Amino acid sequence: MRHILRRAGFYLIALWAAATFNFIIPRLMPGDPAEAYIARLRAQQITREQIEAIRQEFGVDPNVPIWKQYFDYLNGILHGHLGISVSQFPMQVTDILRQSLPWTVGLVGAALIVSFCLGSLIGMLIGWKRGSWYDTIVPPILTFFSAIPYFWMALALVYVFGVGLSWFPTDSGYDVYSATPGWNFDFISSVVQHAILPVITLVIGTLAGWVLIMRNMMVTTLSEDYVLMAQAKGLSQRRVMLNYAARNAILPSITSFSISLGLVVSGSLLTEMVFNYPGIGFALFRGVQGNDYALVEGCFLVIALAVLIANFLSELAYAFLDPRVRRS
Amino acid sequence: MHITNVTNQHSASSAILSQAKGRGSSMLRIIASNPKIAIGVGVVAFFVLIALAAPLLTPYDPTASIVTGSLPPSSEHIFGTTGLGQDMFAQIVYGARISLLIGFCAAIGSTLLQVFFGLTSAYFGGLVDDVLSLIINVFLVLPGLPLTIVLASLASTNAANKNEFVIALVLLFTSWSYGARVLRAQTLSLKEREFIAAARASGETSLRIIFAEILPNEVALVATTFIGTFVYAIGAEVALEFLGLGDTSQASWGEILYWAQNNAALIVGKWWQFVPAGLCVAVLCAGLTFINFGIDEISNPRLRNEKPPKDPKQTKRVAA
Repeated sequence: MRHILRRAGFYLIALWAAATFNFIIPRLMPGDPAEAYIARLRAQQITREQIEAIRQEFGVDPNVPIWKQYFDYLNGILHGHLGISVSQFPMQVTDILRQSLPWTVGLVGAALIVSFCLGSLIGMLIGWKRGSWYDTIVPPILTFFSAIPYFWMALALVYVFGVGLSWFPTDSGYDVYSATPGWNFDFISSVVQHAILPVITLVIGTLAGWVLIMRNMMVTTLSEDYVLMAQAKGLSQRRVMLNYAARNAILPSITSFSISLGLVVSGSLLTEMVFNYPGIGFALFRGVQGNDYALVEGCFLVIALAVLIANFLSELAYAFLDPRVRRS
Repeated sequence: MHITNVTNQHSASSAILSQAKGRGSSMLRIIASNPKIAIGVGVVAFFVLIALAAPLLTPYDPTASIVTGSLPPSSEHIFGTTGLGQDMFAQIVYGARISLLIGFCAAIGSTLLQVFFGLTSAYFGGLVDDVLSLIINVFLVLPGLPLTIVLASLASTNAANKNEFVIALVLLFTSWSYGARVLRAQTLSLKEREFIAAARASGETSLRIIFAEILPNEVALVATTFIGTFVYAIGAEVALEFLGLGDTSQASWGEILYWAQNNAALIVGKWWQFVPAGLCVAVLCAGLTFINFGIDEISNPRLRNEKPPKDPKQTKRVAA
C-alpha cells in the first residue's frame, strides 16, 4: 500500500511538472501568445482596452504578478478551464479535447494490442529457432521498417492502398456522409474501415521493438536450467516453448508496456495528422498550424494525463503480479 | 523496473573496451569482427560522405528553381524536381547535412546531460539521488514527442525563432531522460566495485572518480545511448519539420516532405517528391540502429548468433 501511495505521489508531481512547463515556456519565449494573437488582429484596429482584455483572457496581463498568474492558471486547470480556442473560436478547448480523446484512445489501444500480441509471437518463434535463416532475416527487416518515420509510412499506405488501390478510406474517422454516429452497424463498420490503415501504420512502426525484446529474452531464458529440465523430462517441444520459455520471457515485455505507450501515442499523433483522423493528434496539428496555444497546451496536458494514468495502472498491475515490487 | 532488462544486457558493458585493448586497441577490428556494426558504420559513413561532398555531387543549388513545375525523374534530374522546380537530388544531398548536423548536435548535448544526471545521481546517492532521479523520472514519464511539438511550436511564436538551432535545442531538452536512467542503473552497480573503493581510499576527488574511474567503464553504454538518441533526434527533427515547425525555406529532408504534403504531391501521384527523403531517413536510422545491435552483441555474448549452448535435439537424446 505504501508503495502504491508513493507512486501515486510521483505521478502527481509529474503531472504538476507538465502543467508548469505549459505555464513557463510561453513566458520564457520572446513575444507571448497573446502578442501573436493581437498582431493578427491589429489589421482590424483594436483599441487599447481590447488588448488589455485579450491579455487577461490569455492570463498574461503584465499588471498581475507572475505568482498570481501561476495560481490562477493551476486553478483554471483544476476546474477544467483550459481557455478558448483561437483557431476554432468560440469553442472551449475542453470541448474539443472531449470530442477527440475517444478516437485516439481507440486507435492507440487497438494498435498496442495487435502489435504486442503479433510481436511477442514472432519474437518467441525466432528466439526459439535462434540462428536459423529467419532469425537472421526477420529482425533486420523489421528494424528497417521501424526506422521509417511514422508519417512517411502513413503517406506511403495512403498512396498505395488509399489512392492507388482504393481498398480503404484515407480521410477522417468515419464516413461523415453516410453514417450517423451512434451504436448502429453502419457507423461501427465505417469506424473500423477507417481505422485499418492508421492501425497498420502504428503496428509496423512498433512491431520491431516487441519482436526484439521477446527474441532476446527468449534466447536468455532458453539457457536456463528449468528449460533443460523440461526437455529432459521429455515434454513436447511446443509445451517447452510456450509454458516454460515464453511464459518467463514475456515478463520484461509486460514491464516495457508503459514505456512503449508513450511511443505509440507519439506515433499516433503523427499518423492522425496524415489521415485527418479526428483524434488528439489532429487537434494538436490544427492548434500548431493556427498558432492556437491554448489548444496546443490543452492537447499536451490531456496526452500527459492519459499517459500518466496508463503508466500508473500498469504499475498497479505489475505490483499485483510480482510481490517483490511491492516489498522493495 | 522496466529498465532491468536493459541493464542486464549491458552488465558486461566494459567487455567492448577490454576486448579492444586485448586486441591492440583497434576500433577497426571491432567494426570488422561484427557484421552488424560493419553494415551500420558503412551506411552512416555513406551519408556523412554524401553530406560532405554535396557540392561535388550536384551542380545545382538546392533552393534555386531551375525548371518550371515538378518533373519526374530523368537523366538530368535523377530524383526529379520539386513543386517549385528545384532539383530533388540536390535537396537530398544538401539536406543530409542539416539532418546529420542537427541529429548529431542534439545527441551530443543530450548525451552530456545523460552522463551528468546518470552518473552524479548514482554516485552521490542520498538526497542528490532523490532529487536528480525524480527529475529524470518525470522527464521519462512525460510523453516525448508531444512535449517536443509543444516546445517547438511555442518556441517558433515569432518567425525569427523558426530555425534548426531551436529544433536541436528542443530535441536535446526532451531526449536525455532514458539514457540518464540507464546510466544511473549501471553506475549504481559499478560504484560498489573494489577499484572504486580503492580510488576513494587513495584520496581521489569525487569528480575524478566519476569521470576518470567510472565513466571509462561505461563507454559501450554511453555509445549505445548516444546512438539511440541520434536516431530519435533525426526522426523527431524530420517530424517537426514535416509539421511546419522548422525553417520552411531550408532544403532539408523534413522540409522536402513538408512541401510534398503541402502540394498534395501524393494525391496526384508525384511519388518522387516524397520517396527519396523518406527512404534516406529510414536507411540512415536503420544503419545507426544496426551499430547499436552490434555493440549489444559484443557486450552481451548471450545474444550472439553462434551455436546455441544447448542443442534441443541433443538434450532430447539425453532424456530418452
